[in-house]
Amino acid sequence: MHLAHPAVLSALLFSVGLYGVLARRNAILVLMSVELMLNAVNLNLVAFDVWLRDTLHAGQALTLFIIAIAAAEIGIGLAIVLMVYRNRGSSDVDRLRDTAEAHGPDDSGAGHDGETPADREEKAEATT
Amino acid sequence: MTTTTLAVLVPLLPFLGAVAGLLLGRTAPGFVRPLAVLPTLAAAVLAVLVALRQDGGKAIDAATQLTPTGSVPIDLALHLDGFAVLAAILVGIVASCVQIYSTGYLRDDPRYPSYAALVSLFTSAMLLVVYSGDLMVLLVGWEIMGICSYFLVGHYWETPEARAASLKAFLVTKLGDVPFLIGLFALAADAGTFRITGILGAVAADAIEHPTLIALLLLAGVAGKSAQFPLHTWLPDAMAGPTPVSALIHAATMVAAGIYFVARLLPLFAASAAAMTVLAVMAAVTMVGSALAALAQDDIKRVLAYSTIGQLGYMSGALAVGDRGAAVFHLLSHGAFKALLFLAAGVIIHAAGTNSLAAMSRMSGLAKRVPDAYWTMTVALLALAAIPPFAGFFSKEAVLVAAEHAALGDSAVAPTTAGWFVLVAGLMTALLTAAYAIRLWLLAFRGRGSEAPDHGRQPLSMTTVLWVLAVPSLAFGLTAGRLPRWFDGHELTPTLTTAVLGTGVALVGGLITYGAWRHSTAVAARPPIGAVAAHPDAEPAVSEAEAIAAHIPAYGDIAAAPDPADPARLLLGPLHRHAAAGFHVDALYTALFVRPVRAGAQLVRFLDREVVDTYVRGSGTGTRWLGAAVRRAQTGNVQTYLSALLAGSVVLAIAAVVLSNINAGS
Amino acid sequence: MTLAAAATHGFLSPTGVEIAFLLVGIATLGAALIMVTTRQLVHAALWLVVALGGLAVEYLLLTAEFIAWVQVLIYVGSVVVLLLFGLMLTKAPIGRSPDADSGNRWVALAVAVAAAASLVWVVVDAFRTTWIDLDGPAQGSTEVSGEILFRHWVLPFEALSVLLLAALIGAIVLSRRDKEGPAQGLPADRPVREGNS
Repeated sequence: MHLAHPAVLSALLFSVGLYGVLARRNAILVLMSVELMLNAVNLNLVAFDVWLRDTLHAGQALTLFIIAIAAAEIGIGLAIVLMVYRNRGSSDVDRLRDTAEAHGPDDSGAGHDGETPADREEKAEATT
Repeated sequence: MTTTTLAVLVPLLPFLGAVAGLLLGRTAPGFVRPLAVLPTLAAAVLAVLVALRQDGGKAIDAATQLTPTGSVPIDLALHLDGFAVLAAILVGIVASCVQIYSTGYLRDDPRYPSYAALVSLFTSAMLLVVYSGDLMVLLVGWEIMGICSYFLVGHYWETPEARAASLKAFLVTKLGDVPFLIGLFALAADAGTFRITGILGAVAADAIEHPTLIALLLLAGVAGKSAQFPLHTWLPDAMAGPTPVSALIHAATMVAAGIYFVARLLPLFAASAAAMTVLAVMAAVTMVGSALAALAQDDIKRVLAYSTIGQLGYMSGALAVGDRGAAVFHLLSHGAFKALLFLAAGVIIHAAGTNSLAAMSRMSGLAKRVPDAYWTMTVALLALAAIPPFAGFFSKEAVLVAAEHAALGDSAVAPTTAGWFVLVAGLMTALLTAAYAIRLWLLAFRGRGSEAPDHGRQPLSMTTVLWVLAVPSLAFGLTAGRLPRWFDGHELTPTLTTAVLGTGVALVGGLITYGAWRHSTAVAARPPIGAVAAHPDAEPAVSEAEAIAAHIPAYGDIAAAPDPADPARLLLGPLHRHAAAGFHVDALYTALFVRPVRAGAQLVRFLDREVVDTYVRGSGTGTRWLGAAVRRAQTGNVQTYLSALLAGSVVLAIAAVVLSNINAGS
Repeated sequence: MTLAAAATHGFLSPTGVEIAFLLVGIATLGAALIMVTTRQLVHAALWLVVALGGLAVEYLLLTAEFIAWVQVLIYVGSVVVLLLFGLMLTKAPIGRSPDADSGNRWVALAVAVAAAASLVWVVVDAFRTTWIDLDGPAQGSTEVSGEILFRHWVLPFEALSVLLLAALIGAIVLSRRDKEGPAQGLPADRPVREGNS
């Protein structure tokens, strides 16, 4: 089999995951995209492991480890998202702007965003 | 102990006393007075011992080199000749008297420990100057004196006069010190050494290439330190310091340093006729001008200050005619009686509660209140006026004799013109000196009006030293026959011509003043003017500080008082106004130097505030604007940040790949 | 080997495995694309199942069978379930939600396209003439994997178990409800899933 096939597939999957991480608004969807990126890496590892015929099978072992770590990551990540949702009433990544500059010309905008969570929650409930 | 060891101890003891006083001043106040008085007293005793051992014989030289100092070596050297040992005795005695006097005068002053330590340090510096055989070491003492003078004149720093005076004293003397330093370097470059013996040897071998230039540069420093025209203006203002400081620094020692320096290096100055003439003119102008100014002063201490300038003019005159024996003789006797005058004036100021002669002339019985000061001051004034047989008579006659010799062409070193300048000016000054001495005496002790306030007896520590100092004022002149052995060997006894002339003009001056005084007191109404200190029972220093501070509010001027009963008005006529202001030298300096400097400072301030600061502020504002612009990027949206980060990484990765491809291809 | 492979293989003579790989790959990529673009959040999770399942098939095709089964078990079996739970617990809207994508979309697209282009370029440039030899015994059979895992990789394996324990405790601590806190929270289902892994 041509090595370029799994390599290109993993590169494309990685980029798709990247797009998801950057473009998705819901934090859980962001986590899904992260999983996708991890899997793209896994595919790469397996493909190269098979190609190299590694006696230690480092690629496959590493893949297993990554799967385990990804599982842990998704557990912790979801716990954090739930925490944020519980405290803020929203799990939208682009609304968590506490690190924004508080003063200056952006003040009114930041304040607007600062008081939105309650509004957003109402809206979210209205839409459901 | 060898003479050298003793001589080293003489400046060292007051120095150690000063250090100990500064260190223990706060923790052990009980030790401050002994630490101030005893080392100085011991130094005086040791100075006498050194003088006895040296005994006017060959100069003792000793030197040790601490560390190599390059092409021109600097040694810790002693050069003990007759001038040095006698001047050291004067310094030691006057400093001891002043320290003892100060224990009474500043008895309750909270800053007494630092004051006493500074006086000790000053004494040590002066003794260093006196004994030092190396010009660099001499310069160290010279500058320490300058800085001590600054601190001591500014002792009453709460008053603006004292602050201004200390600053002025420092700046004016420094103005002279800069050319002095250059002159020292030029001298060392020519002679190849800083040692006095080496320099004198070079002068004798005619190895100095630019004697006139060096002598004139050095003269600038001497004029600054010894308050000669045109750098004399700091001395009258320095009277804003405490009286003992005036006695020690501005009468007996520091101002003597300049004269003493010239006396040490006289052969160098004598090598340049121009320098001698300049010195003579300087001395003549100083003498006459200061005597006129002294006649018009109202503050008793300012009278004495101008008188000091005039007497220093005599000494420079003696040097200008090439007779350093006469100069140092006058220096010694003047040191004694001028210290006495100042210390007595301090007692009088305390007793009268004012430093204004106009106010004192409206008090009767001041002489009865302070009999010690009255009698000793009378002796000292007679000495100042050069009435025989007081000390001043002999020393001044020595100067006049030397000037006469020079004028008649008998002197080997001095130009004839210099002799004539000094002689004529000296005689005029003798007349004026007698006049202001009598005026001071009459106004202070022969006042009429209300009874002088009674503050009880003056402290013993203050009155005793007056009598101690009265002895040399009275009798020092009698040693004139023995002194030449210590000096160059010139005869110092008066000759008949000058004695008659000098005493004659002095008597004439005194009598004229007396007549004027009778006249003016008879005709002038006596409006009760005057300001008297508010705390008459406080320590003397407090009354003095208050008197100084009150003079301008009371009379509108620090120097003069609008007193129609002042005989000086009658004597000087229209000149009085100018004389009282010191012939407007200060105003001239203000116009010539102070205003331009201030204007320059204003300009610099303007440039700094309006131009430089604009850039500084502009950079600040620019940064803030930039920050505000960058702040817009800080939206708080993590995805934006991440996008920027990854975009950057992609760009970097592409750049790396492309570059490696290019490199591989090339 | 590579040269020999290059000599015997060609782009125009794909093997059956290769064709299968390509087809499954296209399906996987399509599922991933739909996952990141769909407006229905629950559908996104389901499309993720398709994508991960496709990847499992790819592993099988690459003869890494043990990893393929682990992939199915853990990802498809538990991670996606966990994500669906998360979606539900955060009251994710069911149906089309108009604002599933943030305003960052175009920037994200640009970055992703740039990353994809550069990566594909580099990968293709590097591995244009490289073939994988899939003949011979399966390289990722359970036996082989178990042998290497417990013979050569024991220490990292044990370290990983400690990491999982830490994650377990961390998740519990994070999601534990405060006594006076709001009555929303996660049931203690994650420890079960952790146990699975």
